Amino acid sequence: MTAGSNPWFGRGWLAAGFVFLYLPIVALVVYSFNDSPLPNVWRGFTLRWYTQLASDQELLAALWLSLKIAFFTACGSVVLGTLAAFALVKYKRFTGRTLFSGMVNAPLVMPEVVVGLSLLLMLVSMQRALGFPERGMGTILLGHVLLGMAYAAVVVQSRLQDLNPQLEEAAMDLGARPYQVFWLVTLPMISQSLLSAWLLTFTISLDDVVLSAFLSGPGSTTMPLVIFSRARLGLNPSVNAVATITVAVVAVGVFAASYYIAHKERRRAREMAAARH
Amino acid sequence: MSGVAGIFKGLFTGRVAVIAVPFLFLLLFFLFPFFIVGKISVSEMETVTFKDVLSIQEGVIQLTLKFSNYVFITQDALYFKTYLASLQYAGASTALCLFIGYPFAYFMARAKATWQPALLMLVMLPFWTSFLLRVYAWRGLLAEHGWVADALVGLGLDHVLYALGLISTPGKLLHTPFSLVLGMTYTYLPFMILPLYANLAKMDLRLLEAAADLGATPWLAFWKITVPLSKAGIIAGSMLVFIPCVGEFVIPELLGGPETLMIGRVLWDEFFSNNDWPMASAVAVVMVLLVIVPLAIFNKYQAEAQERR
Repeated sequence: MTAGSNPWFGRGWLAAGFVFLYLPIVALVVYSFNDSPLPNVWRGFTLRWYTQLASDQELLAALWLSLKIAFFTACGSVVLGTLAAFALVKYKRFTGRTLFSGMVNAPLVMPEVVVGLSLLLMLVSMQRALGFPERGMGTILLGHVLLGMAYAAVVVQSRLQDLNPQLEEAAMDLGARPYQVFWLVTLPMISQSLLSAWLLTFTISLDDVVLSAFLSGPGSTTMPLVIFSRARLGLNPSVNAVATITVAVVAVGVFAASYYIAHKERRRAREMAAARH
Repeated sequence: MSGVAGIFKGLFTGRVAVIAVPFLFLLLFFLFPFFIVGKISVSEMETVTFKDVLSIQEGVIQLTLKFSNYVFITQDALYFKTYLASLQYAGASTALCLFIGYPFAYFMARAKATWQPALLMLVMLPFWTSFLLRVYAWRGLLAEHGWVADALVGLGLDHVLYALGLISTPGKLLHTPFSLVLGMTYTYLPFMILPLYANLAKMDLRLLEAAADLGATPWLAFWKITVPLSKAGIIAGSMLVFIPCVGEFVIPELLGGPETLMIGRVLWDEFFSNNDWPMASAVAVVMVLLVIVPLAIFNKYQAEAQERR
């Protein structure tokens, strides 16, 4: 039908691409069960890297801190990202809109070392002048929200643009106040994109090395920082075990979320169909 | 409606708050810090910290600007090489992502409609698992007796890479320009595929039928119609790969070697190892200047894509 009319070429390319994308993940999982401190040399099945994790105080403390930061990052990013998306979709004209949309999109691509360094230097200058803030969980959170907000804005924005404005107009015609329209009409319609944005920013925060390294203080080491410092020294089976657990949690979480979203989508389609008759 | 009453009315309808809250947040924590970096890059370094640019001595305000960092960056051969190498590695990764990603996105967009959501999901899923851990996994795959290393050496491809100058010793793949570019290609490939797929899936296939009716071969129609129509996707994807790659730190640190200098790593070392904040700031300013043109292209595309929908 089109260029490369042999369908097997296309299928082969897709298959090879997916092998490329998934090979490292498979390797991580396989070698987490390897009974050898030397990676790459298979010496039989073991679970000892997992049992060792349970008593790895450094890693567990870092994990707990990372989870807390990721939770608050996701919440903050979704709120700010939704506001930004609203501003860009609903208000086509206001002073500084170009600057605003540039600032919303820039953190998506701006090298993280630059964002981390500049935010840190500002916080240091602020601390000199005002005496706060101390570097620690709060400053890491701030950096993560800055990054997460950009991702959340993109996700929510694409959903808002697909919305039928007539639904909101109808609510207004029926006498709903603007905040009622927002809470009762708009918010339920974008709730799935809010969920995806929340999950996405949660994982971004849980994974971030560079911003955390710049913004962390003494005693606030996040899990990626621990993993990074171990990975720098060489291959380490405990890192593989952590990776496997992450993969399992993410897989379950993503499948549950997509099932939920698909379920809601079907229900909405049914309701829409019913409403039309 | 004026003054305070107007502001209250505005807040009540939400317009002012909706715009002002994220706007002020970004101004304060994203834009303003860049000015601080600019200021510190021309400050003098004292023993433990940097000196303020403005100082008052005997009732006279003094402005001390020190441009020696910039002079050093522009004149030092190593710095120049590092900037150039960063652009080259980022460019090579972008080209590879496009080479792998374009056909991938194309075949995805032309797959059966029932398959497409699942394929899309499969592309996005690695993105949800830790980037750090996936990069780390490549160390295992490329180290001696790693799966990929064994396969490449078994096929004799390490000699090809050696001939291309991407590795310095046949058989040793890790900590080379090859492993660095491979790692960046791997990490950023989904960022290339997703905008291309979004673009190609929207394409009107009747155009290709028309081309075929007018006697174009599928190959000609592909180059004359499909590729030009997907220009926006190519630009968006390339910028999404190129710009972060230029300043990448984690991948060069884990997969690069001593000879693969990259600017993100230099900035990191100036800051964390040498504690030279003004120098790190100057490096950051130059890095921003390097990516500002691609960044502007990206922003223009993003804004256009968002308006057009």
